[in-house]
Amino acid sequence: MAVTLTVNERRQAVDAAPDTPLLYVLANDLALKGPRFGCGLAQCGSCSVLVDGVETRSCVTPVARVEGRRVTTLEGLAGYYAKLAKLEQAPALHPLQQAVIDEQAAQCGYCYNGMIVKGAELLARTPKPTDSQIRTAMNGHLCRCGTYPRVLAAIQRAAAMMAEARR
Amino acid sequence: MSALTIPRREFLKAGGAMVIGFGVGGAAFAEQRTAVTGRVAAPGPPDQKFIDTWIAIHADNTATAYIGYAELGQGASTALLQIAAEELDLDMSQISSVRLDTHVTPNQGATVASAAIERGGPQIRAAAAEARQALLALASRRLGVPADRLTVSHGVVSVGGDGSRSVKYGDLLGDKPFEIALTGTAPQKAPSQYTIVGTRHPRLDLPDKVSGEYTYVQHVRLPGMLHARVVRPAGQGAYADGARIASLDESSIANIRSVRVVRRRDFLAVVSPNEWDAVRAAKQLKVTWEIPASLAGTAGLFDQMRSAKTTDSVIAEKGDVAAALGRATHVVRATFRGPYQGHMPFGPNCAVADVTPAGATVMCSTQSVYGTRDKVARVLGVPAVNVRVQYFEGAGTFGRSCYDDAAQAAAIVSKEVGAPVRVQFSRADEHGWDNFGPAHLADVKAGVDADGRIVAYEYDGWQHVWSTTETSEQLAFGTPAGESADGTSRNLNKVTLGSMYDIPNLRLNNHRVPGIDGYLKASNLRSPLDVSFAFASEQALDELAHMAGLDPLEFRRRNMSDPRWLAVLDAVSKAARWTPRSASARARSNVVSGRGIGLGTHMTSYGAAIADVRVDRSTGAVVATHLYGAIDAGLVVNPAAVENQISGQLVQAASRLLKEEVTFSKTNVTSLDWSSYPILRFAETPAVTAIVVQRVDQKSTGAGEEIMAAASAAIANAFFDATGVRLREYPLTPSRVTAALA
Repeated sequence: MAVTLTVNERRQAVDAAPDTPLLYVLANDLALKGPRFGCGLAQCGSCSVLVDGVETRSCVTPVARVEGRRVTTLEGLAGYYAKLAKLEQAPALHPLQQAVIDEQAAQCGYCYNGMIVKGAELLARTPKPTDSQIRTAMNGHLCRCGTYPRVLAAIQRAAAMMAEARR
Repeated sequence: MSALTIPRREFLKAGGAMVIGFGVGGAAFAEQRTAVTGRVAAPGPPDQKFIDTWIAIHADNTATAYIGYAELGQGASTALLQIAAEELDLDMSQISSVRLDTHVTPNQGATVASAAIERGGPQIRAAAAEARQALLALASRRLGVPADRLTVSHGVVSVGGDGSRSVKYGDLLGDKPFEIALTGTAPQKAPSQYTIVGTRHPRLDLPDKVSGEYTYVQHVRLPGMLHARVVRPAGQGAYADGARIASLDESSIANIRSVRVVRRRDFLAVVSPNEWDAVRAAKQLKVTWEIPASLAGTAGLFDQMRSAKTTDSVIAEKGDVAAALGRATHVVRATFRGPYQGHMPFGPNCAVADVTPAGATVMCSTQSVYGTRDKVARVLGVPAVNVRVQYFEGAGTFGRSCYDDAAQAAAIVSKEVGAPVRVQFSRADEHGWDNFGPAHLADVKAGVDADGRIVAYEYDGWQHVWSTTETSEQLAFGTPAGESADGTSRNLNKVTLGSMYDIPNLRLNNHRVPGIDGYLKASNLRSPLDVSFAFASEQALDELAHMAGLDPLEFRRRNMSDPRWLAVLDAVSKAARWTPRSASARARSNVVSGRGIGLGTHMTSYGAAIADVRVDRSTGAVVATHLYGAIDAGLVVNPAAVENQISGQLVQAASRLLKEEVTFSKTNVTSLDWSSYPILRFAETPAVTAIVVQRVDQKSTGAGEEIMAAASAAIANAFFDATGVRLREYPLTPSRVTAALA
C-alpha cells in the first residue's frame, strides 16, 4: 500500500503497510542511516526523528501517522536549522553536529542520532538551556559508552554557536 | 633489497579491475573495492612477515595501513594511524586504513584487553619504520645520495630539505609492492622526535558518525537480502541446558504471508523480504519452550556459588597471612557480592551473511574477524578459508556480547534459504541472551599494625569462567556447553588485588565455580571482574584506614612505594583538591554527601579515582556528582582519545555500581530491556575529570578499561564517607540503600 511521506523536505511515496513503524521505512525504503534500531520499545532514543519539529520515536510510530507531516532525520537537520534560523544557505552540519565534533564527544556514536535530534529540538525551543534543562530534556536518551557529560558540553557549545550566528 | 614472492596477496597491475572473492554485490562491497585499491582479496590471514601485509604506498603519495584492530569507538583507528604516519613521516591526511577483513587485513588477534595500542602499536610501528627504511633505500638510489643524508617530510624524500633534489614516496613505489620481508630491525624514532604520536589528533570516525553517513553493521543491505529475526525464549536459562522446542505452530503466522520459518533442531528464525513482517512474525509465532528450572534465581545465586564444588588455586602468596593477622592491631573480615552484569550494546547485534556453495561472506561487528570466521565455518561445516568475515562497527560492546551468535544465526539462515540474510537481534534477544560478566563473591580478611601499615591480606573469590559455545550453535546442533580455561580476566586479578600496596603477607585464593552447573552464559565484560574485585578489596582496606583513624589518602600513601601508582594517586587527589578526612561524615541530615578514593586497573596501566556522591537517606537514591580518574598508560598516543575513554569509564562505572544487575528466576533471565535492566541516565550523570599521566619513556599500555575498578571502589568508599555505613553488595539500588540505612 502506498504511503506518501515528506522526509527532509522531499515528498516521496513508499510501499508499506500503514502499521509499519516509520523506522523501517526510513531505514529500508529510504536508505537513511540516521534513525537506527535500538530497542523497538521507545525506551532508548536511537531511532528519534523530528515530526513537525517534535522529537518522535520512529520505532513505535506507524508510518501512516506521519502522512502529511514533516519528518526530519539526522541527515536533514542542517536544512531544518537553516529554515528556522532563516539562513540563506544551509550549513553542512547543524551547529550541534559541529559541536559534537568540536567536543570529540562521541565514542561508538550509535546513540548520537537521538542525542543530536533531541538536542536540536531542545535548542530550537530553548536557545540558552541551563545544565538542568539539558539533563531533563535529554533524560530519555541513553548512552552505553557514558558520554553524557560530553553531550551536555556539546549542547552548551552549540547554543553559544547559534547565539553567535544570530548576532 | 631482496626480492621475495608474496604467497597470499597478489598485486594487480595499476588500473586493473578489482576482484572480490565471492560474487556478492551491493553498497557495502562497493566500499570494499575502493578500500583495497590495487589488491586482490584472498583468504587470510596475510603473512605478517612481509611489509606489504601492513603498508601500501600509492602513486598519489598517500599510504594505506592494514590494521588488524577494530574501531570500537575508542579511537584506535585514529591512534594506530598516528603511529604509522609518525614512523613513515607522512601527514595524517596522507594515510588511511581499510575495513577489517579476513581476506585483507592481518590477524593481530582480537580487539580485547585494551590491546590495540599496547600490542598492535609496536607491530604497526615496526612495519612502518621498515617501510620507511625501504623507501629511503630506493630514494638513495634514485637521488644518488647515501640514505643517511636523506630526510623525509610529508612523504617527500630530499637531500637535507633541498626541494630540487627530492622524490616522493609515490614516485618511488606508487601502487607497487615492496616485496621485502619485515625483519623488525629498522630503526624507529625516539619518542623525543615524535610530532604526531602524543598529539590530540581528532578522531577520524567522528564526522561520518555525526552526519549520519557512517555505515554501522545495522545499515548493511545487500541486493536480494532477506530480513530475519531469531525466535527464542524470553531470556536464557541455565547455559548448559539451552532450550528445547516443545511445540511449534507455524499456522499461527499464516496471516503474514511473506514470512518463512527456518528451523534447525531448536534454532528457530523467521525470514522475510519485509523487515516489519519478520518482526511481527517473531512475536506472533506460537512456540512452547522447555527450559528446566535449573537456575538458583537472583536471590539464591551467592549461596549456590559458596556451596559449589569449586576448583581451587592460589593465584599469589607471600609471607604468612594467618600469623600476621593474629598480630594485627585492627582486622577487617567482610564478604562482598557483585552481580552478573550485561554488555547490552545500545544497538542490538546484527549480522549479514551470504552463504553460497562457493563460500560465505559475513558482515558483523565482531571484536575478532578471524575468531568469528572459525565460529561461522563450524556451523556451516566448511573450512575456515571458505568464510570471509568483514568488520562493520556496531554499538559499543565492551566485550563479547552476542556478535558471534548473530553471525552464526545469519549464516545458518542464509544457508537454509539460499539468499543473503540479515539477522537483527531484538532488544530482548540481546539483553536476555548476552554472555554476561560473571557474578563474584568475595571474602576479604586484612589487618593493619599500630602505624597503619597493612600487614596481612587474604582474598577468597568465587566466580565462573567464560562460555565458549554460542547460542545459535548450541540450539541448531546441540553442541555441548563448553567453558574457557582458567586464566587472565577469569581468575582473581593479582594486579588489582593488592599489588599497589606493600603488603608483606598476602594470599589470593581462587575458587572456580562450575559455570555449566546452573549458571548463566558468561564472557569478558569491560575490565572483567575488576569492578567486583576493587569493590571488595578497596572497601576492606578503606575500612582499615577508618579503624586506624587515618585519612584514606594518607593511609594509601603510607602503604605504597611504587612511583607509578603513587603518581596516579597524586594526580587524582590534586585534581580533586582532596583534603584530609579521617572519619565518615555521619551527618544526620536527610541528604548527605561523601567523598571516596579507589585504586585499581585491569592487567596493565595504573588507575586512581575519587568520587563525590550524594545520598538521599529517605529515598535511598545515590548520585555520583563528580568523578575524577587518572590513568598512567605509559606513552599515550592520543591523549584526547584516552581522556574520552577515562570519561566514559567513569560514567559507566557509576552505572555499574549504582544501577546494573541481571535478574533471573529459576528458569529465565528477566532483565530484557532498559526498564528491567536500568542503566545510568542523562539526568544522573556525574561531572567528570579525566587525567592522563603521560609517560613518554614507558611503553604504551591499555587505557580502555583501566579506570573501571578504581572508579567503582571510589564510589563505594564515598557512600561510606557519606553515611558511615558499608554496602557490601552492589548495585547500590534504593532498596538496598534504604535497607542498609534503616
